Amino acid sequence: MPETVVNTETVAEVQPRRSEWKRFRRVFFQRKVAIFALIIICIMIFTAVFAPWLAPYDPNEQNLSNSMAPPSREHLLGTDRLGIDTFSRLIWGARTALIVGFATAFISAAIGTALGMIAGYFGGVISTVIMRFMDALMGFPMIVLALLLAGVLGSGMQNIIIALTVASVPGYVRLMYGMTLSVKENDYILAQRSIGSSSARTIWKHIFPNALQPMIVMLTSALGGIIMAESGLSFLGVGITAPDVAWGSMVADGFKYLQTYPILSFAPGVCIMLVVFSFNILGDSLRDALDPRLRGTL
Amino acid sequence: MSQSKNNNEYLLEVKDLKMYFPVTRGLLRRKVADVKAVDGVSFSLKKGETLGLVGESGCGKTTVGRTINRLYKPTAGEIIFQGEDIAQLPEKELKPVRREMAMIFQDPYSSLDPRQSAGNIVGEPLIVHNITKNKDDYYERVERLFQMVGLDPALMNRYPHEFSGGQRQRIGIARALACNPSLIICDEPVSALDVSIQAQIINLLMDLKSEGDKLLTYIFIAHDLSVVKHISDRVAVMYLGRVVEITTPGELYNNPLHPYTQALLSAVPVPDPEIEEKRERIILEGEVPSPLFPPSGCTFHPRCPMATPECSKTIPELRDCGNGHMVACLRV
Repeated sequence: MPETVVNTETVAEVQPRRSEWKRFRRVFFQRKVAIFALIIICIMIFTAVFAPWLAPYDPNEQNLSNSMAPPSREHLLGTDRLGIDTFSRLIWGARTALIVGFATAFISAAIGTALGMIAGYFGGVISTVIMRFMDALMGFPMIVLALLLAGVLGSGMQNIIIALTVASVPGYVRLMYGMTLSVKENDYILAQRSIGSSSARTIWKHIFPNALQPMIVMLTSALGGIIMAESGLSFLGVGITAPDVAWGSMVADGFKYLQTYPILSFAPGVCIMLVVFSFNILGDSLRDALDPRLRGTL
Repeated sequence: MSQSKNNNEYLLEVKDLKMYFPVTRGLLRRKVADVKAVDGVSFSLKKGETLGLVGESGCGKTTVGRTINRLYKPTAGEIIFQGEDIAQLPEKELKPVRREMAMIFQDPYSSLDPRQSAGNIVGEPLIVHNITKNKDDYYERVERLFQMVGLDPALMNRYPHEFSGGQRQRIGIARALACNPSLIICDEPVSALDVSIQAQIINLLMDLKSEGDKLLTYIFIAHDLSVVKHISDRVAVMYLGRVVEITTPGELYNNPLHPYTQALLSAVPVPDPEIEEKRERIILEGEVPSPLFPPSGCTFHPRCPMATPECSKTIPELRDCGNGHMVACLRV
């Protein structure tokens, strides 16, 4: 290549940097409710991480002489039938909910993204096989499929994560398949082939980053749904088992005493509601802040 | 590289190239017909030559370019590039060819990945083909590429949306130049740009031709005749997947032989109102026929002002009418 500068004519002035990050922050933090949701989620994560230090009692320590105690200074939210401190159980329950939620969301997003991009990029038989299989999975409602799998696999945190992952993978595959098909149409994918870039490189470096945004939104919104599903399974008795503590099973335990001692069900119920609500709000706000089609209107 | 492989004078020879796209219907994807986008195109290209490829929308110019670049696998025919037929090579064996042949795309907005910085876009071919030795070498080369196309290397970290259309096209050209190719296929590189920017890009392409240590060969696809006249050594006129006339731009403009070329040239407005008023225009009737069911014989005969019954039966071959002026018409 030559050392000479071929074209020295002044090229039109480059526009000032447009910051996407600035717009994102502005749109995102404009909504007070998004900040509220973010604070709730931060508190939840903090609680989950530091549960052993935050909980005043062991969440499985029984004290039958002090069962069904009303809220007091020693037991902030009272105790349950077996005399276990409700507040401690709530704190440990946050840990379970978030572990199941994040693990399921990220594992299913990773598997779904890979399958969706492969199906979309290569097309043909590969896409037919993957997509028809996903259609079959999608035929079942998520909670029914998870219930079925949990029933077959047995309860326990690991099996619940597997069951929920299988149930939520098709959604991601669908989304990434569609995104890949639309991104693939751009000339820059053709340009990649023209320069001799491998399929793996093209998918990873060019399709994935361009298809990522709706996936982030879906992942955030799905977290709420997954925590809800996990609680549902636990409520039905096929979910988390002791020694792990789940909000869903706490609601189920307190259900019998709903009229005389409602706090046993209400306390975990409110927690579930707050977390699910917060993740949904966060997903919505992320969508508004990231969606390029809303640029200018928001 | 190219010199050792190829001792004859042609860099590229295209022989009877055909590219059919199947049309499928129904659940079983049964093939019901073929879109004959390119139907028997032949030409050859010397080193350092610029071939202009013109024709109206849908005549298969872009498909010819993309098939030569092996973005499509041709249905039939030979593409002899540097002495090797690459028409049916599997993708894996194409990698060395891809290094020698680059493409510039029409739309500067969709041909650059919006999530990659300008520097990464330009440098990617270097990484794909493992050309640079280390990081410093890589940055140096990318910087030089930026300078070659008239961009400030300081803009390497900017993203495509921060550039104007002309600047984006310069990035696309820098990417095409990255591997120091011998053939560049320019697929309407200026049609999406302002007229003032068009001239800059055309001049840049012409300057670049002799700047490298290898003489660049271009296939320049366009529908703007004046642009093609300016840049080409030879011009091929296409109609419905076939080349109807190949000659030098001077000969083509002064002495067009094929009736389609004559009509095409008469459609170019003349800036002088008096001449414009007096000159005779050949107005073609009807639409371009569908490449799904092209007319029999000479595909141009239903619209041709001088067609005879013979024209609907015999497919005219390209033949030399003196001085390398090739025409595919029975009446010439």
